[in-house]
Amino acid sequence: MIINHPLLGPRDSAEFIYMGDAGLINRPDPETASGEEWYAYAYLRDNPAGEHRELWWHEGGDRSWLVVTRNTVTHEISKVEIARDVARAQGRSK
Amino acid sequence: MHDLIAITALGGSAPRVDRVADTTLTENPGIALASVAARMDQETTCRKHLKAVIGAVPGPGKVQLHDPEAGFWMGPDQWMVGAPFDTHEDLAAQLKARFGESASVTEQTDAWVCFDLRGDGMEAVMELLCNVNIRAMQTGDAQRTSIHHLGCFVLRRDPSDWVRILGPRASAGSLHHAILTAMKSAL
Amino acid sequence: MTQSNRLSGGQIDRNTTLKFTFDGKTYDGHPGDTLASALLANNVRLMGRSFKYHRPRGPLTAGSEEPNAIVELRSGDRQEPNTRATTAELYDGLVAKSQNRWPSLAFDAMAINDRFSNFLTAGFYYKTFMWPAAFWEKVYEPIIRKAAGLGSLSMQADPDAYDKGFRHCELLIVGAGPAGLMAALTAGRAGRDVILADEDFAMGGQLNSETFALNDAPALDWTTATVAELSSLPNVRLMPRTTVIGAFDHGIYGAVERISDHLETPPEGKPRQILWRIYTQKTLLCAGATERSIAFENNDRPGIMLASAIRTYANRWAATPAQRVTIFTNNDDGHRTAADLHAKHVNIAAVVDTRADAPFSSDYEVIKGAQVVDTKGRLGLTFAELRLANGESRTVECGALGVSGGWNPNVHLTCHQRGRPTWNEDLAAFVPGADLPPGMTVAGAADGTFSTHGALTSGANAAARILDIKPSDAPTTEDAAVRQTPFWFVEGCSRAWLDQQNDVTVKDVKLSHQEGFRSVEHLKRYTTLGMATDQGKTSNMGGLAIMAELVGKSIPEVGTTIFRPPYTPTAIGVLGGRMRGMDFHPTRLTPSHFWAKERGAVFVEVGNWLRAQWFPIAGETNWRASVDREVRATRNSVGVCDCTTLGKIDVQGTDAALFLNKVYCNGFAKLAVGKTRYGLMLREDGIAMDDGTAGRLAEDHFVVTTTTANAGKVYQHMEFVRQCLMPDADVQLISTTEAWAQYAVAGPNSRKLLQKIVDPAFDISNDGFPFMACGNITVCGGLRARLFRISFSGELAFEIAVPSRYGDALIRKLMAQGEEFDVTPYGTEALGVMRIEKGHAAGNELNGTTTALNLGMGRMVSKAKDSIGSKLSERAGLNEDGALAQVGIKPVNAADKITAGGHLMAATGPVDAKHDQGYVTSAAFSPSLDHMIGLGFLKDGGSRLGETMRLVSPVTDLTVEVEIVSAHFVDPEGERVRA
Repeated sequence: MIINHPLLGPRDSAEFIYMGDAGLINRPDPETASGEEWYAYAYLRDNPAGEHRELWWHEGGDRSWLVVTRNTVTHEISKVEIARDVARAQGRSK
Repeated sequence: MHDLIAITALGGSAPRVDRVADTTLTENPGIALASVAARMDQETTCRKHLKAVIGAVPGPGKVQLHDPEAGFWMGPDQWMVGAPFDTHEDLAAQLKARFGESASVTEQTDAWVCFDLRGDGMEAVMELLCNVNIRAMQTGDAQRTSIHHLGCFVLRRDPSDWVRILGPRASAGSLHHAILTAMKSAL
Repeated sequence: MTQSNRLSGGQIDRNTTLKFTFDGKTYDGHPGDTLASALLANNVRLMGRSFKYHRPRGPLTAGSEEPNAIVELRSGDRQEPNTRATTAELYDGLVAKSQNRWPSLAFDAMAINDRFSNFLTAGFYYKTFMWPAAFWEKVYEPIIRKAAGLGSLSMQADPDAYDKGFRHCELLIVGAGPAGLMAALTAGRAGRDVILADEDFAMGGQLNSETFALNDAPALDWTTATVAELSSLPNVRLMPRTTVIGAFDHGIYGAVERISDHLETPPEGKPRQILWRIYTQKTLLCAGATERSIAFENNDRPGIMLASAIRTYANRWAATPAQRVTIFTNNDDGHRTAADLHAKHVNIAAVVDTRADAPFSSDYEVIKGAQVVDTKGRLGLTFAELRLANGESRTVECGALGVSGGWNPNVHLTCHQRGRPTWNEDLAAFVPGADLPPGMTVAGAADGTFSTHGALTSGANAAARILDIKPSDAPTTEDAAVRQTPFWFVEGCSRAWLDQQNDVTVKDVKLSHQEGFRSVEHLKRYTTLGMATDQGKTSNMGGLAIMAELVGKSIPEVGTTIFRPPYTPTAIGVLGGRMRGMDFHPTRLTPSHFWAKERGAVFVEVGNWLRAQWFPIAGETNWRASVDREVRATRNSVGVCDCTTLGKIDVQGTDAALFLNKVYCNGFAKLAVGKTRYGLMLREDGIAMDDGTAGRLAEDHFVVTTTTANAGKVYQHMEFVRQCLMPDADVQLISTTEAWAQYAVAGPNSRKLLQKIVDPAFDISNDGFPFMACGNITVCGGLRARLFRISFSGELAFEIAVPSRYGDALIRKLMAQGEEFDVTPYGTEALGVMRIEKGHAAGNELNGTTTALNLGMGRMVSKAKDSIGSKLSERAGLNEDGALAQVGIKPVNAADKITAGGHLMAATGPVDAKHDQGYVTSAAFSPSLDHMIGLGFLKDGGSRLGETMRLVSPVTDLTVEVEIVSAHFVDPEGERVRA
């Protein structure tokens, strides 16, 4: 597969390490989250046949984490974002 | 002056040179390296210093070829700066003094082995080593890539029959073997 | 041996004669020949035996689709089974053997199978070898293995090398026939970046097989000129001998280039083959078409071939399978073969055309509305039996029979991403469907454009359309309209071969239908139709047609099986490339490696690293003697160990401490500059991930160490936390593992030794540089270095780091300066022994199932701050009474063995999983205590010190009485490390 890196352009997926569901960015708030929320965060993942937002690390490149929206059936990649920007947009800070 | 004698990454007292057909592979221990990463909210200052040192701020996929210091883009807000080892062995300290609080500077000199691959057959050799589109790569382009499972930087220099390959120093022997094998195969 | 079936003309170099042997007999051929063409020229039709019935077989085709003529090529360690004689380029000294026969090709004992064919029908294996179960391994399998299979392996390692490579282009053209050449001309003349790949060694495709003119000159003139023009263009790369084997995601194509297959041995340094990964923006598939056969009784005898193949042998290779040839056709293309053979003075016995309106010839007899219904000839064709239009029979004497049932476009690559071909009623053939791999276009015969002019034009136009440029003008040539009406099999046939490679007959397809296998995928697997090395390139359509008739559906309703990569058989060797033996993965060498090798160290692989395991000295006869000596020497005086392999990560930034507080479960915010602290990292689920130390070199600068094994994983994890969980934190990371040569200097004399190395400006006394101190120093008269007072051995110890290029000099210096203390280098074994004696956890204990609590570090998990894993480590399930706790284990009888992996059971009572109390993770002989010791996890272990238990290892048949003790066998108070 080819992942169109937002900074570096098209790159072979062999350069990346895959970490699955991009929901891992949404780490529960340690102040307020319930045990159920922590359980869901640590163990529950969707495994859709279709569009999936997932984390890829450009280990063989610029070391950026990317959020890649990929159709798991056709491998079509419709969107690639810098994970750091996604995390900020979702309200994460320090 | 200390009394410890350096060896090259391949273990020799002098750099190794190999020649196949009209293409030469040279181990190059003569480069000091330091990474420069901009501190949060200090990016402008960091870039100002970087430009002052190497003449420009290389963007993604680019190397600024410049003397004595040069540099290439490693990642967002992160660059590798290089300079002649003989005159700049303390490059990291020099850079830290200049960049101050605007950047994190880390000595990288001996994290890497440096090979210069040069000659008419360079492109054919590179095609057997990594997925870099070597024919499209121009002087001033820099890419990180994987050569036989080793994370390497490939810098296209001037003249353009010349690439510089930076690979992990501990695997210098494996990397050299891979490049030399590819030279014998392709040339 | 004369080449009695050699004709005039052809693309062979008659000035050079090549000698080759087939089944021990020597023949002559010429450069340009394939093994098959040279054998045919020498009047050899019989080239193999079939898979199941061991029927005599000769070549069916002249290309890579060949099912029959597969041989063992070369000898010794280069012997390669299942090589197609039809694509093997002839070279001087070539050695080939027929396969699947015993004792000889002409007399094959296993041909008896043919007599029992009634038992060996579809599903034979499923039906026959079901019972008794015990017979499977001992009786059936060995028999089947002996009888089945195609060819044999040399059982020796392949002496040749294979490469992998990467190429990029704007347009990949697959196939250099008329369409591919015109496409390459069009794109190449416009200066576009093109790769043109063809599996053949001569570009030109079908043009190499034809006699008609292009621009009023022989086709070869045009092909030669075109290839020459393309070669002269720097933007066009020609890749002959290259098979594009698969169409993968996003414009990545796999291609195998045969660099040295046409040579006896590869030239020095050159690979046998290269696996190319081609990255392309657009692909034009010009893969041509494959002729299909017609099924009739005994249609598999040597000499019965596809009509176009006979034409190719005659025109390209000046060879004919026999001097008297019959053609059996349902279309006009069969007549072209007859005309070309006639022109080369081959006797045409007859052209048998199924059509009543077949064209007339003044040169030979055309029998209209007739069919071939059976054949004769034990080891090769002698007679064809015809059924004439009026129902009468007639026998025709001939040595070869060319069969033409029309042409099928080669759609394979269009289907590699699950696209399905569509049925074209006019051609009675499948053509590429609408859902092609993204970026792919199809032209020429592969797209169902069968006339030569049509193919030339379609290639030019397709390239022009793809690249938005002007098409090059196609040469003038034949442009005959193509009629293809379906005619798949002769009525009433039974032992009529559809799939010659797998010996699948019309009868087998009928039987499988009778037994309820109606889906085409089931049909394939039950009968094996379309399997093996040719993947049914000549057989699938016939099988589908018969299936369709049986179920009363149309062919498109029955559908095809799925085409998958690779397009042709691909050697495992080329998939592995150079990654063989010691080159399987890169090797990492420590800075002291060359010195250690001089010292005679024994090395061990730790991940990719080679580390010194121990350093034997004269008189030591076993590893234990060396290791025990190294431990004692270190504990009594001073030892040195290369610990460069530990991961080192530079963590800088104003939020560096905040960041470490997040990734380590214990706190780092208050760590003073110049101090080091042990840190434990948890996974988010509360399980321990890795441990190490972090030294604070400045307010905003830490150096973190990881275990050797987890260095890469921890770096990845830290980047995830930095970028995805703390995107606004001011922290920067970079690995410095290989930048510094780092040595542990351990033992009571370690300070004294280091004082001779460290420049006097730096006070490393216990007051000046206490336990857990760290800092930048200089050594040996001014070299920048780092010093950490940390200890894995439990002794007074330091770790000293210098830039890697000086690591070799530093270890030599340490050895020279340490002579007065009898300094001893130690390896990973002594390191392991000492850490077990000290009770330090390592990979065996941080094994992916243990928590901080299990490791005796439960209280380290700070509740004052949030860190990765802190929340879920509080889960009730991980904190129950009786949770496993790390303990030490020693044998009650000092001579007894302790083994890692053994389980702890109560002193008396049953020994079973239900009564399992814990397990041993690490064990070693302790030279300090003079008996074996172990570390392990025991339920509620902390409160059970002094208890006697049984250590049980059913695997090694061991039961030993052990005592549960503190894990800190040596210096439990930690006085030495602080000395």
